[in-house]
Amino acid sequence: MKPLKKLLGALSIAAMCWSANPAAAATELTMYYPVAVGGPLTAIVDSMVADFMTENPDITVNAIYAGNYNDARIKALAALNSGQPAQTSVMFSIDLYELIEQDAIVAFDDIVTTDEERAWLDSFYPALMENGTTGGKTWGIPFQRSTIVMYYNKDAFRAAGLDPEAPPQTWDELVEMGKKLTKEDGSQWGAMIPSTGYPYWMFGALTMQNGQVLMNDSGDTTFFDDPAVVEALQFWYDLGNTHQIMPAGTIEWGTLRQNFLEGKTAIMWHSTGNLTAVKDNATFDFGVAMLPASERRGTPTGGGNFYIFKQTTPEERTAAMKLIKFMTSPERSAEWSMKTGYVGISPAAYQNEALVNYVEEFPYAAVARDQLEFATAELSTYQTGRVRKALDDAIQAALTGAATPEQALGEAQAVAERLLKPYR
Amino acid sequence: MKHVYGWLLLTPAAILLIGFTHYPTLRTIGESFFSRGSSLRPSRFIGLDNYRAMFDDPIFWKVLTNNLWFALGTIPTSIILALTMALLVNRALPGRALVRMAFFTPTILPMIAVANIWLFFYTPDIGLIDQILSLVGISGHNWLGDPATVLGAIIVMTIWKEAGFFMIFYLAALQHLPPELREASRLEGAGRWHHFRRVTFPLLMPTTLFVLINAVINSFKLVDHLFILTKGGPNNASNLLLYYIFETAFSYFDTNFAATLTVALLFLLALMALAQFYLLDKRVHYR
Repeated sequence: MKPLKKLLGALSIAAMCWSANPAAAATELTMYYPVAVGGPLTAIVDSMVADFMTENPDITVNAIYAGNYNDARIKALAALNSGQPAQTSVMFSIDLYELIEQDAIVAFDDIVTTDEERAWLDSFYPALMENGTTGGKTWGIPFQRSTIVMYYNKDAFRAAGLDPEAPPQTWDELVEMGKKLTKEDGSQWGAMIPSTGYPYWMFGALTMQNGQVLMNDSGDTTFFDDPAVVEALQFWYDLGNTHQIMPAGTIEWGTLRQNFLEGKTAIMWHSTGNLTAVKDNATFDFGVAMLPASERRGTPTGGGNFYIFKQTTPEERTAAMKLIKFMTSPERSAEWSMKTGYVGISPAAYQNEALVNYVEEFPYAAVARDQLEFATAELSTYQTGRVRKALDDAIQAALTGAATPEQALGEAQAVAERLLKPYR
Repeated sequence: MKHVYGWLLLTPAAILLIGFTHYPTLRTIGESFFSRGSSLRPSRFIGLDNYRAMFDDPIFWKVLTNNLWFALGTIPTSIILALTMALLVNRALPGRALVRMAFFTPTILPMIAVANIWLFFYTPDIGLIDQILSLVGISGHNWLGDPATVLGAIIVMTIWKEAGFFMIFYLAALQHLPPELREASRLEGAGRWHHFRRVTFPLLMPTTLFVLINAVINSFKLVDHLFILTKGGPNNASNLLLYYIFETAFSYFDTNFAATLTVALLFLLALMALAQFYLLDKRVHYR
């Protein structure tokens, strides 16, 4: 009898705890997050979430680490479709139109209530808001965001007789310096711009510099065959073929950083997300600069935004807002930027003392911020996967010489037109 | 009563087979007749429109042609290589266990890991292949960035990965061949090549059929490496049918068009399996 009594006692205690629990945690939030489980970023997000729960004991946050951006979107949408709880998620900023079309997210304008919250919506860098707003409403709040910057090898600049403190400011200078930096025997190239993985992203920088964006801000029209866009692709092709300061063909995104670290290229264009890795592994003196200009400077932004899902109760929305406000506060954003290399998302973040000191010690951490002034949205439209693929294929076709830039982009524009017409 | 017992024994397997093979297949075929749906514009029946779109889709034809070249490039070479390696390590050889292990190692590596290794083999200038070539004075080539070489580069990697796996089957089959046959051939004065062509190879036919079917299926099934190496680029030069299905389903979120492509894949595989069984079965000696 005795063991049975014990068991019953234990069960009743367990039942009491179980029934008491919901009262203690008023709101439970499930947040999907696009990093691999166990990666270095997981620990940082975990500690930020833990801090949030300490400050807000009435909210419990379950962070689900879902892999890359694509996986996170698939898993979050699948969870919603099957009735699993999910209130908020960090997802690719360019998933905006897909999420709107799936009627999965709610605009922040419809959640904010106070003037203070409305002011909060305006507290971020405008360039970072471009991918999160459409139709006059804000749907995504910037969190882990990046831009493209130019990394260059100062030792290689010195060896070529160039001023290591004066990286190229214009396309012409890039070509001119690139020629001096390129060695005859192929042991060192002048510059490398990656064209696999995310060709449209790098291309967005070139077209912006040539004074033309790739799409309108309602996501239903692209400008792939605009003369300035064609000229930008011609320039990219010329770097590898006419000027020969870059290898011809496509350049692999995944191995580019290694190429730069081994001194195979004097200049690379890459995400700011590589800053910490380059800083830790470069055996030479390196510099970071804004991308050069043609008509103007330019880069697309990149990275992930916070979204709130539509299938949520008012309490859950309030709690999710609290979480997002916490994660995007200047202190947290500064901490996040220092630990990862992502851009601080608001001017206030760069006034945070810790980040001010960090920038003073390592000035290159501020290049991405300074460049935000010239930044534009990353390619994002309705049917974004297919439209992006059409542009990616066109870029690669032109770079490998399978088609002229004009032909390739004309075809891509025709595909995009066909896909986007129903949305106008 | 006997029947009930039999059916009961079959039930667990039948449930799994129906749940994970037959039902999804039928559902896929059904989905392929509907349009891409979103919450704002629900999916509707469109008959054969998806199939028409597929036949008009230049990327579909491109990936299909690529897949045929990929199959032609990988299957015969990896089978010949597997057989050669099996014959080699079936003999008394110093360090035989070591050689067998070396041949088998690529098989136990996950495809993603293999792709990551080969990515650095193929990297222009700093990659292993270019470094070796530079020793003999050949300058670097952009293996994965050139549409003319990218599919070949992937075929070579796949052969490296697959041949060891098929070798195991050949090795097992070779060890079951009675040694008297070899002695009989020797008494009759048959040479090594003659013995292989007239005795060993015909006796290995069941294994060859098995390996061939596996190789064909694999040539349509293996796409893990594309995620790492090329993502199907440049300009679809290395894109394969299954990867295109994945992109359509999970990058474009067009599950209905993906279902249409899947039906095409199923149809092709079924056709080839049937052809293999009916045409080759006649040439296979089962003991």
